[in-house]
Amino acid sequence: MKKITVLVVTLTLGSLALFRMVSAQDAKIDINKAGGKPALAVVDFRGSGGATPLMSVFNGTLFTDLQTSGIFKMIPKSLYPLQNPQRPEDLRPTSGQGLALADWAGSPVNASHLAYGYTADQNGTLVLYGYLNVTNAPSSQPLLFKRYFGSMDEGGARKVAHEFAADIIAQFGGASLAGSKIYFVSSRTGAKEIWSMDYDGSNAKQLTFNRSINIEPAVSPDGSKVAYVSFAKGTPHIVLMDAASGRTLPFYNQQASLNSSPSFSPDGGKIYYSSSVSGTAQIYVADLDGRNFRRISNSRAVEVEPKINPKSPGMMAFSSGRSGPEQVYRGSVDGGDIEQLSDGTGEASNPAWNPDGVHLLYSWTRGYAQGAFNIFLMDTTSRHYDQLTSGAGRNENPSWAPDGTHLCFMSTRSGSAQIWTMLADGTQLQRLTTTGQNLSPAWGKGNLQ
Amino acid sequence: MLMRTKHAALWPFLGVLLVGAGCGGKKPIPIAPTGSVQTTAATTTNGKPVIEFTVEPATIDRGSSATLKWSVTGANYISIDVFGAVQATGSRNVQPYATTTYHLIADGTMGRATADTTITVNPGNPAAPPTGPDTGAGQGGTLQDRIARQVQDVYFAYDQYDIAGDAQSTLTADATAIKSILQAFPTASLIVEGHCDERGSAEYNLGLGDRRATSTKEFLVQLGVPGDKIRTVSYGKERPQCTEASEDCYAKNRRAHITAAP
Repeated sequence: MKKITVLVVTLTLGSLALFRMVSAQDAKIDINKAGGKPALAVVDFRGSGGATPLMSVFNGTLFTDLQTSGIFKMIPKSLYPLQNPQRPEDLRPTSGQGLALADWAGSPVNASHLAYGYTADQNGTLVLYGYLNVTNAPSSQPLLFKRYFGSMDEGGARKVAHEFAADIIAQFGGASLAGSKIYFVSSRTGAKEIWSMDYDGSNAKQLTFNRSINIEPAVSPDGSKVAYVSFAKGTPHIVLMDAASGRTLPFYNQQASLNSSPSFSPDGGKIYYSSSVSGTAQIYVADLDGRNFRRISNSRAVEVEPKINPKSPGMMAFSSGRSGPEQVYRGSVDGGDIEQLSDGTGEASNPAWNPDGVHLLYSWTRGYAQGAFNIFLMDTTSRHYDQLTSGAGRNENPSWAPDGTHLCFMSTRSGSAQIWTMLADGTQLQRLTTTGQNLSPAWGKGNLQ
Repeated sequence: MLMRTKHAALWPFLGVLLVGAGCGGKKPIPIAPTGSVQTTAATTTNGKPVIEFTVEPATIDRGSSATLKWSVTGANYISIDVFGAVQATGSRNVQPYATTTYHLIADGTMGRATADTTITVNPGNPAAPPTGPDTGAGQGGTLQDRIARQVQDVYFAYDQYDIAGDAQSTLTADATAIKSILQAFPTASLIVEGHCDERGSAEYNLGLGDRRATSTKEFLVQLGVPGDKIRTVSYGKERPQCTEASEDCYAKNRRAHITAAP
């Protein structure tokens, strides 16, 4: 017996030491695939007639889309030659002024690819002619030549810019974020309402108008539905909404003082949520209409934020106070095999699975005062983690973009709660919102509108 | 298990209260916390960090401060859950509004050691004793007036929802007042709101506030307030009473608040 005890102690200590050692390594999402990034120059497009005043919006949107994708080295416009081609017919074998591709391939531009084109007003329709060329092959055909159609207004200019950018990104195997939507909570009207916006912060739309408290939006995997929590009927309850029309869809709430933390299953057919019908908030799953509900967790602690693994739908991550301060756990959707993922330090919450089913974003106060959350990324296989934000206000509610390399989150670093995006390595930080307090973002695929 | 413990704890307390009432006008005696912890020192047998974590004094009146002192050896990461990462040796003045347990974690190469230290906060003068149905004072006024005047908020420790000693005395007074009010307004019903401070996640706090409201309702029902007259709602950290980032303010937000149902 003694021998066995000694052996067990040695093993435990050994594995603890090993755990401390490997924890020092970081979790990483591979953002830059092997090889260098393409160096992209994008001319300022010009427009004719009614399209002329729309070009500043168009050029801004196009550049931002391409830059935000993270897959290009964007050449600063200050290095560009004096003249810009607008059509392939403008290109000459030699120019020295910018009308030869060699002018873009050489120093100081050093672009590997050139995007150019123009827009025109054709009977009230905005038409974009977009081209992409390789700069070191002057005689070759454009890699991309396409026409795009939009309405003759800023919305139309953004639409054609997003579509052209998506096609350029697709040339390099990237997934475009154009068309994707971020749902969030905004207090800009004085009450907390659910809003949506394009991923670049434009096109903000108010979706709820009840002047109550509306929080915790979640978007279905296909982008067609949004679930959120509303106080409009007194106690917090779940509301399901058609994303395109804003129409409320039927959802049965259990008779409880709290139904909250909704999220969709990867196939979009179930809603996981937290309900206090047993007296303490516990995790449940139900059909999309709220019927056929079934209890999953069974503890005496508050358990919220069930998030189903997109690659292993039998596994969920959630947050719970079952061992003291709130921590992030994973377990089976049958309620078994529960493991603590965050190490018990501070408080951890807001789990969000990467589409790869391995990496998990979450908010954690490790190393900071209570309430001072930062965004962390964990490889759930090795438990290595990496801190993506540091010390700049509260940083919470991370949500992956559909491309699995970008994320959005709430940060108070500017002095108020606002929504920011960045790449999963912490770079390309961009602030999307400015008006009122904006929080709890959920990034989903676009819907047909 | 927690529920059973809590209800069991209620009965000896009621005995104390009856004695207190007999003395007339005396403040209810705060329940002495069981095993008042002044020092927790983790002993080591296996190379884990060694912690000395103390507070002086261990019991304070609300509004006074105490000094936490700690000294840790053999750790490369030390945190106290209220402050975050701290140095190996240090001290800090704290002024908790309600009884608070401070949790220290020390990670070393051979594992983790933890220690807790609790500061018991004497609430001082709690709610004025409720006026019985026969006394004239407090009889007048609308339903809202009487609730605002006679029913006090109850406060909770960080991340806790159990009804602790000082909250028990407040709620016992509240129950008497509520029963009297419900006699005067037989059709009225009440809402218990659960609130949290701003530090935890919004999602977790919604669950915690719900549990605080439910614990409060359960306690009132144990004391004879009809359960069908009380609904609960959690506001989590959505409607804080106090918006400064200070422990004093956080403590005021960790509460159950009782109002008239519309």
